[in-house]
Amino acid sequence: MSNITDLGIKAIRDGVRDGTFSAREVAEAFNANVAAGKELNAFLVETPEHALAAADAADKARAAGEELAPMAGVPVGMKDLFCTDGVEATAGSHILEGFTPQYESTVSANLWKAGAGMLGKLNMDQFAMGSSNETSAFGNVISPWRRNDGGNTDLAPGGSSGGSASAVSGRLCPAATGTDTGGSIRQPAAFVGISGIKPTYGRCSRWGVVAFASSLDQAGSMAHDVTDCAIMLQAMAGFDPKDATSLDLPVPDWENALSGDLKGKRVGIPKEYRIDGTPKEIDDLWEQGAEWLRDAGAEIVEISLPHTKYALPAYYIIAPAEASSNLARYDGVRYGQRELPDGAGLQDMYAATRAEGFGPEVKRRIMIGTYVLSAGFYDAYYTQAQKVRSLIARDFEQAWEHCDMILAPTAPSAAFGLGEKADDPLAMYLNDVFAVPASLAGLPAMSVPGGLDGQGLPLGLQIVGKALDEQSVLNAGLAIEQRAGFTARPDKWW
Amino acid sequence: MTESTYRIQGATGDWEVVIGLEVHAQITSSAKLFSGASTEFGAEPNTQVSLVDAAMPGMLPVPNQECVRQAVRTGLALNAEIHKYSRFDRKNYFYADLPQGYQISQLYHPIVGEGVIEVALDEKDPDSEVRQIGVERIHIEQDAGKLMHDQHPTMSYVDLNRSGVALMEIVSRPDMRSPVEAGAYVKKLRSILRYVGSCDGNMEQGSMRADVNVSVRKPGDELGIRTETKNVNSVRFVQQVIEIEANRQVDVLEAGGEIVQETRLYDPDRNETRSMRSKEDAHDYRYFPDPDLLPLELTDDFIADCKSSLPELPDAKRKRYETELGLTTYNAAVLTAEAETARAFEVLLKETAGKQGKAETDVATQVANWSLSIAPGVQKALEVTADHEHNTPAANAAILAMVAGGSVSGGQAKEIYEIALKTGRDPEEIADTDGLKQTSDTGAIEEEIEKILEANADKVEEYRGGKDKLFGFFVGQTMKAMKGKANPQVVNELLKKKLG
Repeated sequence: MSNITDLGIKAIRDGVRDGTFSAREVAEAFNANVAAGKELNAFLVETPEHALAAADAADKARAAGEELAPMAGVPVGMKDLFCTDGVEATAGSHILEGFTPQYESTVSANLWKAGAGMLGKLNMDQFAMGSSNETSAFGNVISPWRRNDGGNTDLAPGGSSGGSASAVSGRLCPAATGTDTGGSIRQPAAFVGISGIKPTYGRCSRWGVVAFASSLDQAGSMAHDVTDCAIMLQAMAGFDPKDATSLDLPVPDWENALSGDLKGKRVGIPKEYRIDGTPKEIDDLWEQGAEWLRDAGAEIVEISLPHTKYALPAYYIIAPAEASSNLARYDGVRYGQRELPDGAGLQDMYAATRAEGFGPEVKRRIMIGTYVLSAGFYDAYYTQAQKVRSLIARDFEQAWEHCDMILAPTAPSAAFGLGEKADDPLAMYLNDVFAVPASLAGLPAMSVPGGLDGQGLPLGLQIVGKALDEQSVLNAGLAIEQRAGFTARPDKWW
Repeated sequence: MTESTYRIQGATGDWEVVIGLEVHAQITSSAKLFSGASTEFGAEPNTQVSLVDAAMPGMLPVPNQECVRQAVRTGLALNAEIHKYSRFDRKNYFYADLPQGYQISQLYHPIVGEGVIEVALDEKDPDSEVRQIGVERIHIEQDAGKLMHDQHPTMSYVDLNRSGVALMEIVSRPDMRSPVEAGAYVKKLRSILRYVGSCDGNMEQGSMRADVNVSVRKPGDELGIRTETKNVNSVRFVQQVIEIEANRQVDVLEAGGEIVQETRLYDPDRNETRSMRSKEDAHDYRYFPDPDLLPLELTDDFIADCKSSLPELPDAKRKRYETELGLTTYNAAVLTAEAETARAFEVLLKETAGKQGKAETDVATQVANWSLSIAPGVQKALEVTADHEHNTPAANAAILAMVAGGSVSGGQAKEIYEIALKTGRDPEEIADTDGLKQTSDTGAIEEEIEKILEANADKVEEYRGGKDKLFGFFVGQTMKAMKGKANPQVVNELLKKKLG
């Protein structure tokens, strides 16, 4: 064993259990990497004492001969969208600066119950709105990856879970939580060569998670490999009576049922995902991915998801509509930032606070959302988008008559340089073109690394599964992982 | 069904008034609509506020099943259609009493559809006109917080205790044509809500309030443009608002003006309505389905359970009191108007029938008269209320049994009741100890009568000679001799016999 911080969840958990090292050694090692990784700007708040306390509890339990919890001794990073008791939560926005929740989100509480500790709160696109982490009010997160052209262009880690992606990829934490509304786990995972899964909508409670678009938001895990994703998701998921959209179902033992053997499974290749202008390397990897799955025993079939091209426009109506309402509570009255100009009345205070507190992308989406819900436009936009959403869900339902899962690229490009797309919101939105349909349909989907492009940057493959069938998604991910042999990692430059 | 003849007399002729009411009724529930916080009235400001009510980041609403149940029971009580599928929508606007920036309500798919309320303009009059007032819908929504403007010279304070409390909005059809009809509708609706137990109907505490929609037209014309006067909190004010607003509209129209569709406020101190905002600057509420909540889907079993949990409702009860118990229309109407009155009556009726060993139908009129006039009179004189600790059904029944058995007169019954209320002593013991009993002992009475006839032989002659009025004199003398404790009926009978 070269370095503890090269290890993932399973290796750490097993090592602590077997006494190969102590949980405290693990926490200290990662705390040191966090402290040394400030150039990546991945962490907004560091909580070394939280990680140490969880580690000490694990070591103590082991010393007492107790059975260890499923993630005992594993420190993780928390996307700043999750409220954790007593630690500032900003969702990457100035408007929540200084807000310290006195409550613990259900997902984080589940993780602590499973023995995990927290290394800190991870930077992200403001209110999870973005695909490059450039909308954070607290500075860009920088990807640990560099192009192989000898230059030192700072690359985007993807978004909105960019802090999570960068921190895991740079070995600042062995795994991290993410949230995915329209690709915010899968796209950053693909950009930095790690695995990330968004479960079926309703698997993870949204209670205590700052809302972006309620009908789409779903928490998930981001880690070095498929097994780690399974272990962590298992710890995060579960029915929560405090979330009315939570699924009242037992959480399967995904880790235990992991198998890369896909005999008897059919994998669909949606023809509508072949889009003009997609780089050849991505198409080639997609084909290679299909080959790997065939090698694992699956049958490859071409399928059709006819309404795919309407998914992105529908998403950019529904998500902003919900966001425009969800973000109304940030008004400067009860928490976070307040701007009170001289002589200001109530409406002036709202306007000044929100003008100052929200970033440009958040304002853009609030305005889009307000517009599409306005009298006279509602039917043309919101109602129409909901119809499209139903059609997209139906596309998948019909596809499942021909296949058990779907293989597609995660994103239409590898990581781009910071600032390269920041001035063109539409180009930025197009990054989510492959990710959004599964979000609209509430289906489980994951990204696993498949290879490197010509610039030496990671490319991801995406698997979408039937509702509640995370197992098939994880198994296909594992089959790819076993064949791709993806071992590339960024050189430490920070 | 007759039409209302209520008209506003204008310079250009008669005007008809068209009224619709939106009644906001606070659902009786110990917890709020989407949070577990308490709903107790009168608590210190901001002590009944959960993280959800304060709209903290990441907080989510979870529907309170009891509130849903009460809305369904109310719909069933109004013979309304129950929608098995309903949904919550967000009504978006910024205000300091609304922490979420939206109110969760039901615009597109309310839980209850069309129903009807039968309203007698004068419940106590058997010949009263009856109107069928349509109910368009009932939906469930959250209440807002409360602003306090009198706590600080330059700032307003916000109390979120009420934020998130469950309301039913009961929307009528524009079926009312006079202030009296509207008043009767509100009273009847309140009575039904109290029977059902879905709202306490306390308008002065704000747990029931009405938005009053008024328009005027020449009889037979199309509907006029309406105004909506918000948050009117008593039956009397509802009637006043209609009168003021209808007269104002007639004045405007007859002066050649136009009615503006607008929201108005009622000022009870000056007895006038004032414009709050017109349609032009009305909010665009951007209603859309609340993505935090799944649609409400009700099962047949749930609805059946709600139905079987309903008590006997005021109309059915009133009819039964008349036909089965033989009460007068007036008594039946008064006893059933409020659930609490009817409940107390039925308890005493049962107790009285048991005590006297008779059927309830045989004592119903006695109990009704006692409950409606005699007992309240004594309570009023003593300045106590019906829920006084000594006002037990057993005590009341004991007094009624003594009256029915002839051992106590009506006047003595009142005295005994008064002492019982003050002291809590047993009525039978009071009658014995305090000498509040009348005698029906014919021997003793006869003895006194003979003495009186003997001493007043001249008057006996006059009586027998046709001066009937003197009978009263003999009754008086006998009662005096008996120290007021003779059963007057026995005295009368004996005197008639002796005087021939």
